Amino acid sequence: MDQLLYASEVFINGLMTGVMYSLVALGFVLIYKASGVFNYAQGVMALFAALTLVGIMNGQVPFAHLINAMFGTHLDKFGWTVPAVLAIVLTAGVMVLLAILIEKLVLKHLVGQEPIILFMATIGLAYFLEGLGDVMWGADIKTLDVGLPQGISDTVEQLTDSWFGYGFFIDRLDIWATIIAALLVTALVAFAQYTKQGRAMRAVADDHQAALSVGISLQFIWIMVWSIAGFVALVAGIMWGTKSGVQFSLSLIALKALPVLMLGGFTSIPGAIVGGLIIGVGEKMFEFWIGPMVGGATENWFAYVLALIFLVFRPQGLFGERIIERV
Amino acid sequence: MLDAAENQTTADGRQIGPVVMDLKNITLRFGGVEAIKNISFDIREGEIRAIIGPNGAGKSSMLNVISGFYVPQEGEVWFKGYRRGPMRPYQVARLGIARTFQNIALFDGMSVLDNIMTGRLNKMKAGFLSQALWWGRAEAEEIANRAQVEKIIDFLEIQNIRKTPVGRLPYGLKKRVELARALAAEPQILLLDEPMAGMNVEEKEDMSRFILDVNDEFGTTTVLIEHDMGVVMDLSDRVVVMDYGRKIGDGTPDEVRNNQEVIDAYLGVAHD
Repeated sequence: MDQLLYASEVFINGLMTGVMYSLVALGFVLIYKASGVFNYAQGVMALFAALTLVGIMNGQVPFAHLINAMFGTHLDKFGWTVPAVLAIVLTAGVMVLLAILIEKLVLKHLVGQEPIILFMATIGLAYFLEGLGDVMWGADIKTLDVGLPQGISDTVEQLTDSWFGYGFFIDRLDIWATIIAALLVTALVAFAQYTKQGRAMRAVADDHQAALSVGISLQFIWIMVWSIAGFVALVAGIMWGTKSGVQFSLSLIALKALPVLMLGGFTSIPGAIVGGLIIGVGEKMFEFWIGPMVGGATENWFAYVLALIFLVFRPQGLFGERIIERV
Repeated sequence: MLDAAENQTTADGRQIGPVVMDLKNITLRFGGVEAIKNISFDIREGEIRAIIGPNGAGKSSMLNVISGFYVPQEGEVWFKGYRRGPMRPYQVARLGIARTFQNIALFDGMSVLDNIMTGRLNKMKAGFLSQALWWGRAEAEEIANRAQVEKIIDFLEIQNIRKTPVGRLPYGLKKRVELARALAAEPQILLLDEPMAGMNVEEKEDMSRFILDVNDEFGTTTVLIEHDMGVVMDLSDRVVVMDYGRKIGDGTPDEVRNNQEVIDAYLGVAHD
């Protein structure tokens, strides 16, 4: 009995981890849906958003190192702190600005190009953004606290203890992440499926020329989509930054989103969620049951193996659009 | 000379309206190549205007100038009495100029219905919050737009494929869906780039019938490019003939048929 309860605790924790993966995967899906491009920079965007948020909250002077090196000054902080809510709004503004710059400087010049060209552009963008984040806010590891509750939830532990005689350990941050992810997904699905901007977004993903001919402004759609992706990156950045600190390895969470996307399908918002949950639960349960037999550390590779198996049998993912080709 | 502001009667007794678009001295270059050389012609309300000519004559370029995909280096485009400045294609589309493409540009991943609905994007005014929450004016608007789209679907006889993803359709039907999407925008001018290319005789007859019916029923001004001479002469009210980027003929099908330069271009007289 205890073993079973312990397993279900692992299961629930897997779900929660999965939600965190889904948050990152969502950003990828949005841009893929609207431009058919795999945005390699999504992970770095989450990092950049988190760095900017911490920077604004702590009142850091942007580009302080650069300015100090050039003019021999000793700037560091403005000496004020900004409340979390205001800082989040400001950071969202910065992400919109970033989206506009990306459209003006990169995407505009690549209209009608092959997706692989756009993919290459996002690789360049990723490394540029990583450098920009470094120059702007410094390379040291920062803690992020926007007031989200953290640590083990006592309520859940007490409740489950009184029900099963076994207290479940669940991080409160994970519970919040789940609620926020649910809200985010509901909003995004409604937006993509029911609004004219959503329909225009799907149209742009399919064919640039055709979209133009029905009066859709590519410029507007791209700025809109990259802004939304920037906002999703901000949410993911807040969650991961709160959990493990704002550091440059944060951009690597993008690599965990990859198997999630293969599983869920690159074009499906619900797919990103379900895929994330399957990966989260799968790797935790695998580590729990099979891990001890093979010496552990299965979490590093399990997701990729699962995704590979999926690719063989269902290349479009669980919820992806059917691949149709007439010969 | 026809009077721009007056209604006119064509050879076969159909009424066509005043000039809705006037192209003046259009010249379009790609690097050193002059694709269109100083061409002027007009389009009248309610008429079917054909642009014909041998391959490489600049017909598609001309259509792309009208739809804003190309901006000519010289010349003026007048639309409904106003001179049109340089515009992006989506802005031209919003003015009420809808088009189809020679090599079909549809949204393959979407259903036929969704494809046609994109034609009405610019008719929707409700805010995105209202649409996402299906609240306020969004509902009434969507229903009205949907009704219009269903009317077009009925008209073009594609009811049975409404929910099919476009990627799965055969070529001839795709062409028809593209026409439906263009019609959904209730265009002032409908541009058709080789609407019958690659079709068999039966499909061509269907398409011709649809183009005539659309023109009859909705009074849509139509500009079309087509290679099949028989079809063009039957369909159109007036014909512009292009060859090597120049205009070599302009008039009713009968006038054009008897124009020596046109006959030379089509029978292949050596250019000197």
